[in-house]
Amino acid sequence: MSASLQRGLNAFREAINAPVATFFNSCVHCGMCAQACHFYTETGDPRYTPIHKLEPLRRVWKQEYTFWGRYAKAFGLSKPITDAELEEWETLVYDSCTLCGRCSMVCPVGNDITYMIRRMREGMAASGHAPEGLVGATRRAITTGSPMGVKLPALQAQIRDVEQETGLKIPVDVNGADYMLLLSSMEIMNFPEFIGAVARIFDRTGVSWTISSAAFEATNSGIQIGVSDLAAELVQRVVSAAEHLQVKNVISPECGHAYMAIRWEGPNLVGKAFNFKVVHILELLDDLRKQGRLKVSSKELQKLTYHDPCQISRRGGVVQQPRNLLDMVAQNFVEMPDTGTMNWCCGAGGGVSTNERADELRMKAFKRKQTQLNAIQPDALVSACSNCRIQLEEGLEVNGMDIPVLSLTETIAAHLADD
Amino acid sequence: MSEQELLQWVRGPAFEAASVIFVIGVLVRLLQTVLLGRSKDLSEARGSEVIGGLRTIFTRSVKHNFQLSTFNLYTMVAGYIFHIGFFVVLLLYAPHILVIDQVMGVSWPSLPTTVVDAVTVVTIVSLLAILVHRLKHPVLRFLSRFQDYFVWVVTILPLITGYLAFHRIGASPPTLIAIHILSVELLMVVFPFTKLIHAFTLFMARYYNGAFAGRRGVES
Repeated sequence: MSASLQRGLNAFREAINAPVATFFNSCVHCGMCAQACHFYTETGDPRYTPIHKLEPLRRVWKQEYTFWGRYAKAFGLSKPITDAELEEWETLVYDSCTLCGRCSMVCPVGNDITYMIRRMREGMAASGHAPEGLVGATRRAITTGSPMGVKLPALQAQIRDVEQETGLKIPVDVNGADYMLLLSSMEIMNFPEFIGAVARIFDRTGVSWTISSAAFEATNSGIQIGVSDLAAELVQRVVSAAEHLQVKNVISPECGHAYMAIRWEGPNLVGKAFNFKVVHILELLDDLRKQGRLKVSSKELQKLTYHDPCQISRRGGVVQQPRNLLDMVAQNFVEMPDTGTMNWCCGAGGGVSTNERADELRMKAFKRKQTQLNAIQPDALVSACSNCRIQLEEGLEVNGMDIPVLSLTETIAAHLADD
Repeated sequence: MSEQELLQWVRGPAFEAASVIFVIGVLVRLLQTVLLGRSKDLSEARGSEVIGGLRTIFTRSVKHNFQLSTFNLYTMVAGYIFHIGFFVVLLLYAPHILVIDQVMGVSWPSLPTTVVDAVTVVTIVSLLAILVHRLKHPVLRFLSRFQDYFVWVVTILPLITGYLAFHRIGASPPTLIAIHILSVELLMVVFPFTKLIHAFTLFMARYYNGAFAGRRGVES
C-alpha cells in the first residue's frame, strides 16, 4: 500500500465519528437522496446518487467499526480499498457534489449526507485524490492569501478606484472598529462594486468598520478540498487580524462557503470559540433595517426573485433576512418553486467552480436552476454570493436567458435613502 | 423430531437464543456507534441543538421536504403502508399480544383478526411493490446489493408464513406455526447485523441531523 493511500485511510478512520457511523447504519438504500441532487436529476446517472458518493468511506466503516466487518477483514473476506477506487471516486466526491445539503433535508432516516461528504474529503485529499484546481487554489490561499492569487496591492488598487467613484474613504486597518469586513477574491476582482455598496450603506447608517490588510480574504479552500490543517491556518489569519484590530464583529461577505467557513467551521477548526461575533452582511443589513437606520428612497420595480446560496440559507440559517430586505427594496418580489432551505444549488459551490474538470458537469447541474426560473420568468435574479453569481451569469448566458444577476447588497445601495 | 417437538423447540430454546442475539446484537451495535463520539461544536449557536434534534426525529415521519416526483410518491406511499402495516400486524394481533404479555408482562387491546388478516395482505402487497421498484428503477437497482434483497426476503417471510398459518394452508397447523415462529427468529437474528438496525438508529440519525440544523437556526 502506498504511503498516500495509508494516509487517506487514516483520515477516513478519523472522519468516522458517531454521527457518520449512525448515518451508515441507518441507510436503507431508498434512493430518495438522488431525487434531491441536481447532479442526478439533470443527468439521470445513478452514480450521482449522494449516498453512493460515500461508498469507500462506508466500506472503511464496515470493515473497521462493525463486529462482522472486522472478522471479515481479518479473514480476508472483504475487498480492501484501493488507489484506483479512490481515483474513480474523486470525481464523485468533488465534481458532482457542491455540499449544498439538499439530500440531507430529504433523507427519511435523517442522514446528513453532506456532513459525511465534507468529512470524506479529508481522506480524499490526504490520499492525494483531490482535483488539481482545488489543490492549486489551496496552495495559492496559503502562500498568497487568496485562492485566486489576489494580493494586497490588487485590493489597494480596487479600493482607490472605489474611493474615487464613491467619494468615500474605505477604512483600512482601523483599530477598534465595530466591524471588520472580509471579502472574497471574486468580489475584489470581479465585483468591486460590492465594496462601494458596503461603503455607501455603512456611511449612511453610521457603521464603524474596517478592512484588514493582513486578512481580507473570506473564502477557505482548505475546507472545500478537505484539509483541516490548512483550513485552520486560513481561519487563524482572520482571527489574528480581528484580535489585532480589536474589532467586535467580523462580517462575512456575499459568499456562501466563506460564511460557512468562518461562522460555523471556523471556531472548530482553530479549536476555540471566537472573542468576536461573526455576522453575514445580510444579517447586519437586516439588523440595521430593524433599527430604522437602513432605509431606501425608491424601490426596484422589475420582477425580482431570490436565489438562496446554500451555505447562507440551508446550511447557514440566514433565510428570512434577505426576504425582509427584499420586501423593503423590491416592488415585485416573487419566490421560485423550491425556495428558502429547499432551494436548488446553482451547481458551482463546494469547490466545484475551482475545479475545471467539472465545468461541463456544473453547467448540466445549472439546468435545474433554469427550470426554476422558467416557472416564474423574473426580470432579474438577486443573490448574495459572488460564486453563485458567476455560475448563474454563465449558465444564463449559455442557455440564452436574458436575466441579469444582482447582488442584494448592491441593489439596496442603489436605492439608499439620502438622509 | 415430531411436529410437537419441533414446535416446542422453536418456542423454547430457539426463541430464547434468537432473543439473546437480537438484544445483545442491537445493544453492541448501538454502543459501537455512539461510543465513537463527536467533538463539541465551538461555534456560537443561533438556535438549540436539542430542540432541533427532537423536532427532526418527529418531523421526518410526518412532513416531507422533497418534491412529489413519481419516484418519491411511490417510495413514500409504499413505505408508509409497509411500515404501518407491519407494526399493526406485529403489535395488534391478539396471539402476538399474548406472546408479548408472556415475555414482558405487558398487554393492550387487539384488533379483530379479520382486520389484521386484511392488513397482512396489504402489507405483503406493499413489500412486493417495493421489490418491483427496487428491481426496475435504475437508481435502486444500482444501489442494491445482496443485503437489500436478503433483508427483503427475511422481512416478508414472517408475513407470508403468518398468513399461511392463520389460513392453515399447505401443512398441519403446528408445522405452520413452527415455520412462522422460525421465520420471526430468522428476522431477529439477522436484525442487528443488517440495515434492519435502522429501526433503532434512525432516531439517532434524525437527532444528529436536526441538531446540526438547529444550531444554525434551520429547521431540517
